[in-house]
Amino acid sequence: MTDTSTSDRPLLAARGISKSFAGVEVLRDVDLDLRRGEIHALLGENGAGKSTFAKIVAGVHRPTRGTLTLNGMPVEVTSPIVAQSLGITLIHQEPISFPDLSVAENLVLGRADGGWLARVPWAEMTRDARRLMDLLGVRIDVTRPMRGLSIADQQMVEIARALASDSRLIIMDEPTAPLTPKEVETLFAIARRLRDEGRTIIFISHRLEEVRALCDRVTIFRDGNKIATEDIGTLTDADIIRLMIGRPLREYMHKQGTTIGDVALEVENLTLPGVFSDISLTVRKGEMVGLGGLVGAGRTDVARAIFGVAPAASGTIKVNGKPVTIASPDAAIALGLAFVPEDRAVAGIFRTLPVEQNITAAVPGKIAPGGFIRGAVEKALASDSVNKLRIRLASLRQPIGELSGGNQQKAILARWLLTDPTVLILDEPTRGIDIGVKAEFYDMIGELAASGRAILLISSELPELLALCDRVLVMSEGRLTANLSRAEATQESIMHAAVPGAASRQGVAA
Amino acid sequence: MSAIENPVVVSAREAAPPRPLWQVIVIRPETMTLVLLILALFGASLLSPYFLDFGYILRSFTLSAEFAMVALVLTMVIIAGEIDLSPAANMALSACLFAFAQQAGIPMPIAIGIGLVAGLVMGAINAIMVIRLQIPSIIVTIGTLTLYRGIAQVIAGDKSIRVPEWFIGVNNVLMAGIPVPVIIFLVMSIVLGLVLGTTIFGRQIYQIGTNEVAARHAGIRSQRIKMGLFLLMGLVSAAAGILTASRLGSVRYDLGLGGELQMVLMAMLGGTYIFGGRGTILGTFLAAWLLVIVSTGMTVANVLPAVQLVVLGVLLVVSIIATNAIYSRTQR
Ligand SMILES: Nc1ncnc2c1ncn2[C@@H]1O[C@H](COP(=O)(O)OP(=O)(O)OP(=O)(O)O)[C@@H](O)[C@H]1O
Ligand SMILES: [Mg+2]
Repeated sequence: MTDTSTSDRPLLAARGISKSFAGVEVLRDVDLDLRRGEIHALLGENGAGKSTFAKIVAGVHRPTRGTLTLNGMPVEVTSPIVAQSLGITLIHQEPISFPDLSVAENLVLGRADGGWLARVPWAEMTRDARRLMDLLGVRIDVTRPMRGLSIADQQMVEIARALASDSRLIIMDEPTAPLTPKEVETLFAIARRLRDEGRTIIFISHRLEEVRALCDRVTIFRDGNKIATEDIGTLTDADIIRLMIGRPLREYMHKQGTTIGDVALEVENLTLPGVFSDISLTVRKGEMVGLGGLVGAGRTDVARAIFGVAPAASGTIKVNGKPVTIASPDAAIALGLAFVPEDRAVAGIFRTLPVEQNITAAVPGKIAPGGFIRGAVEKALASDSVNKLRIRLASLRQPIGELSGGNQQKAILARWLLTDPTVLILDEPTRGIDIGVKAEFYDMIGELAASGRAILLISSELPELLALCDRVLVMSEGRLTANLSRAEATQESIMHAAVPGAASRQGVAA
Repeated sequence: MSAIENPVVVSAREAAPPRPLWQVIVIRPETMTLVLLILALFGASLLSPYFLDFGYILRSFTLSAEFAMVALVLTMVIIAGEIDLSPAANMALSACLFAFAQQAGIPMPIAIGIGLVAGLVMGAINAIMVIRLQIPSIIVTIGTLTLYRGIAQVIAGDKSIRVPEWFIGVNNVLMAGIPVPVIIFLVMSIVLGLVLGTTIFGRQIYQIGTNEVAARHAGIRSQRIKMGLFLLMGLVSAAAGILTASRLGSVRYDLGLGGELQMVLMAMLGGTYIFGGRGTILGTFLAAWLLVIVSTGMTVANVLPAVQLVVLGVLLVVSIIATNAIYSRTQR
């Protein structure tokens, strides 16, 4: 069961770790050794138990059974603070911080030396913070507040915090999902450096190519069980996928021959000063249009403007050829628009409410024809979605916050599919979704397009745009910089238009 | 290197059992309220055999029935993630306007209408400041609590305004042996309980209180719903003020003084979560009875009013802590 070939003691040895939530076992007898100075990937489908295992090591959850041994000494990681003092830091799937405190203050959080009356050594704190940032080679003003920092920078602050407390084990739970390729590179460079210093890193991701590029060993989880721990070099992608999902993966094929019909969504000269300007685009029925670009290019803002969350200052929107004003999301929904937002925790889920209520939130008319909710109808709709999207849960009445990240994302998708939209805007819809489901999801939106819906897909994943879309638009710094047909769209042409300044700023009408 | 381990039995999807039903039922704040209510009844009946007389409890309840009615609506406001601390002041001001109007010879139905419209207007003022101007409701309603009470004092001065003899004493009118204000409270509980528990409007109140940004993205018109709640709050407060006028026989500017504390207490004791998104009408309903029995019990036992206040304060704090604990238990 265990690695015996290593002569030196593992940094952390987990034995028989099990975890149940309210009687539901989500981790079963996991044995895992982490070596000093390795980057160790955790792979598995949504809900396989990766985050739960990470949280147990980091003291967020207590295991139901099992032991942890750190440096040969049995340890009880009873809280994140204990974890920190043991040199274990978890960088969360969604970074949490104190947005109104400065970067430097966030760095020293939870490190109260001295009594509660001790003076805060501001100058020292700032100096230390600068030193850490320099060490990481990132340029962030440590006196500015966290609020408004990009997610990449917030992660850097978390990593700096790990270094500040001299962590020997740093756990990164899907850190790359919201990053641009360049930011990912920076993160990887830092991770490698930390490894070379002898620190150990647990890296959780759904992107195999990242795991290959970065990690030394991988452990694969399936349904709460550890299936295998191997050197990354000994496994092929197909091996990994088979171990993860228990069956080989179908290749996604672009659906040919969908007939592209009339214009469903037409946007002209949409402008919101300081955010985006002169955005013109059309999406036809049956057409899938990609919107590429780097994180922060303004793609989300355009989607939010179209959907009425934060309307544009000028410009026109036409739905099915008719000019419309969309001042709020309910107006957009009434016109047949749907929008899957990128920030699930903030704009998507009702964390403490049951999964079924989350799924049916946008279709009150379907579950309550006369204003009174019909429980049976709601349940039928919700469980139908759960089966279709293979959402993994214990019960429809479970609070959605208890589902794994990927399963929450599927539930939000399900919500919008229920509205039966004519125009579906998807903002990074597959973020955090495992490979198995991704393929099914691609099939599903392919079918939606084939059935005459117009789809606008915002994605930072080039393979996704290339595989799915009939046309790819690219944004950079708030402007459209390219309108590429399926034939023209390549990794290079998209990246070329996406990088600020690289593409000549010709106005593109789409 | 470890070999690939034995292909472990893969549990079927959804094979995991949901949380046992008894836990779902027992670990709820309302259950805590019910248990406290039974304990309070038991304790009070030891103090005085009166408490075994249902009629006595009902008569005691009429003293708090107006607050209890408003507390039902307040529960919905809190679930929606807002708060309203102005209803007791609203009661006083609308009752004053009503009393003035009928004293000036305006026919009673119209005078009542004036009182109710005044309450609606006060609710609208709160709503506009919270929704249009985006000022936190706690600030707004602390402000209007002072404002409405102040206006009542300005127009009524120190005088008691009398209401006609025939109008006095709804609390003594019985229907099927139950005082009318209690009946109104029961009916309101059932109606609002159904609204909150079984309608889309009620569902959306929870959704707004849980995550307003997500609610807006899902097309839920949160502003409209909150507007509706503040207006309902104003209307019910005014009605409660007029009922109080009938019970007391006269109106002074200090009608219902300090009532907001009792209303908040009822909602909290019933398990409404102060940060929104959770709570039920049933909880507030039970808590209203609990509070009446505790206060009456203390009065019967000759507990000093100051001490009674301390007990209520302790109850408030304990209920908030217990509610929080129960909700976080279901989280971790
Ligand atoms: N607080 C909780 N209460 C109840 N169940 C939970 C809780 N947290 C996690 N679970 C359940 O444990 C299982 C494993 O979840 P976990 O978050 O570890 O998955 P994961 O492998 O990280 O998936 P993803 O790739 O989607 O992030 C899921 O079925 C989830 O529903
Ligand atoms: Mg996870």
